[in-house]
Amino acid sequence: MAEPSAAPAAAPLVSVRDLKVHFPILSGVFRRRTGAVRAVDGVSFDIAAGETLGLVGESGCGKSTTGRAMLRLVEPTAGTVRIGDDDITTAPPGHLRRLRPAMQMVFQDPQASLNPRMTVMDIIAEPLDEHTRLSRAEKRDKVLDLMDAVGLSADFAGRYPHAFSGGQRQRIGIARALALNPRFIVCDEPIAALDVSIQAQVVNLLEDLQARFGLTYLFISHDLSMVRHIADRVAVMYLGHIVEIAPRDDLFAAPLHPYTEALLSAVPEHDPAAEATRQRIILTGDVPSPARPPAGCAFSTRCPKVQPVCRTTAPATVVTAPGRAVACHLVAGPAAAGSVGAS
Amino acid sequence: MADGPTVLDVRDLKVVFATRAGEIHAVNRVSFDLKAGELLGVVGESGSGKSVTMMALLGLLPSPPAEIRSGQVLFEGEDLVTCGARRLKAIRGHRIGFVFQDPMTSLNPVFTVGFQIMEPLRRHLGLDKARARRRAAELLDLVGIPDASRRLGDYPHQFSGGMRQRVMIAIALACEPRLLIADEPTTALDVTIQAQILELVRDLRRSLGMAIVWITHDLGVIAGIADRVMVMYAGQVVEMAPVRDLFADPRHPYTRALLATVPSVRGPRADKLQAIDGQPPLLLAHPAACSFAPRCAHAAGSCAVANPPRRPVMPAHEVACVFDMARARPAPVLDVAHG
Repeated sequence: MAEPSAAPAAAPLVSVRDLKVHFPILSGVFRRRTGAVRAVDGVSFDIAAGETLGLVGESGCGKSTTGRAMLRLVEPTAGTVRIGDDDITTAPPGHLRRLRPAMQMVFQDPQASLNPRMTVMDIIAEPLDEHTRLSRAEKRDKVLDLMDAVGLSADFAGRYPHAFSGGQRQRIGIARALALNPRFIVCDEPIAALDVSIQAQVVNLLEDLQARFGLTYLFISHDLSMVRHIADRVAVMYLGHIVEIAPRDDLFAAPLHPYTEALLSAVPEHDPAAEATRQRIILTGDVPSPARPPAGCAFSTRCPKVQPVCRTTAPATVVTAPGRAVACHLVAGPAAAGSVGAS
Repeated sequence: MADGPTVLDVRDLKVVFATRAGEIHAVNRVSFDLKAGELLGVVGESGSGKSVTMMALLGLLPSPPAEIRSGQVLFEGEDLVTCGARRLKAIRGHRIGFVFQDPMTSLNPVFTVGFQIMEPLRRHLGLDKARARRRAAELLDLVGIPDASRRLGDYPHQFSGGMRQRVMIAIALACEPRLLIADEPTTALDVTIQAQILELVRDLRRSLGMAIVWITHDLGVIAGIADRVMVMYAGQVVEMAPVRDLFADPRHPYTRALLATVPSVRGPRADKLQAIDGQPPLLLAHPAACSFAPRCAHAAGSCAVANPPRRPVMPAHEVACVFDMARARPAPVLDVAHG
């Protein structure tokens, strides 16, 4: 394996190499495997301790599957995921269970991810029941501490999820994720189901908790403006591939990949004067099916700058600057740059 | 753009839902008007009453539990509240088109897309099958679906989300409505597909000249397409202004907070997001005081006493607040200019 592309400055806490998740397509009477949905098709990146990596892309690009495969909530088809010194992808079930406390997840839908028949106290205490041997009183104290940390009043401990608003439910989900003192949290669209005025509350909370507990986040979102706010570095996914990864400010100031460019250009600005004059790149067509990805570059069917070579050969991932890598034929890297991923 | 005849005039609309927990006052004396060719953006959070207002004026709310307690909805001079269900049925889908948020559930999965576009054409315009089919193909072509005449025979599941939303728009436009009501039409779509739909609507507006009500919670979308903006909170209109004035000089504390809370992908990046603390109220009674006061940074004693009526602060700019936040930018705490 070559040197990691776009490594962050500090030693990585999380490192993903050539991760693939292919879901089989079964058909016919005998449910024979007739193909595969290449949801994640060879992604590599690192996340430094204490860093937030934003993972953006449109629906179906494989960003959530990447997050789930990293925690082995779905089984990866190939590749490795290391968190700290532990290889997550090859850990046998018993060992994996012991690793679970260090890696947690905050889910998108706080309505669906909380058991409606359990009180807030029970929901937040469940990971403690599973993974620790605390006494009842210790657990109670720990839960009340966690509720305090996420801004929920201790008076609510006996209530059920339905009594809470969306933002408060997401706080419960965050408290549950924090219960075992994790080092790494995958936040899968944690604010997508929330109202605008509540989103900022939850994002601020995530940032406060990161500073307080030294957490490392993978922040999966389709909301580019929120990712720009919370992430230190950003990876852009398209059809199972990372097409560009870069420090936040570089990516938003000067996107290199034509898809990143189009994606940023598609986000409307909260400024009517700017909107009236802004140049937009309007992509034509839809995202191809990951069951039948195009030959060559995955983006070649919609790319406004497509060249003949793009339709035949998949571009290699090229490191263009420290911490920055792009997979595009039109972007040339420094001559002797190490490349990772493709082929 | 907005000097045409008035198409829609909503006055003092009040909608109440009867629930086991008591009455929910979802829409509280909402008034607005809309001129031919104008695009009114309606912004608000979930529960602010923006969708209920539009469903009520289309007569699409199930009653019970919903009840239009008072108000008028004048569409080209005719009151839709009192005109009766049969008359409403003739207007809906004909002179008023509508597009809803979820393109996955608003099309009928067991009929072809062609059938669903032809339905309003045959029902309202009385076209025969062949002419309806030709017109349906034109409409699909108009909304940018390639190979339109062949795709008429396809079922909704054979279209992607963005394509389905285009089909919904084609159905809404089928009878060349005077008014199009679009309720979060791009919320379920990806940004690159949203950009396609917004571009389509900009084009269609120019060519067809209909009045549009566009409901969204996305301020960026509003900034790009609206002529005027109506901001709703807790079932009331708190601010109404031309789009540039609203973004450049918002006067209601809620509008200002809402604009401050959303980060941008361009321009300067704030280290800390400004959140609006608390949550919207549960509307168990007609609001006797300002509904935003419990979350408002500027609230004073008078805010808890009376519900401020909407009043003009500038030409075409109205605000329902006892204060006028004119030019009072968040930063200046010190009063520099004395006299």
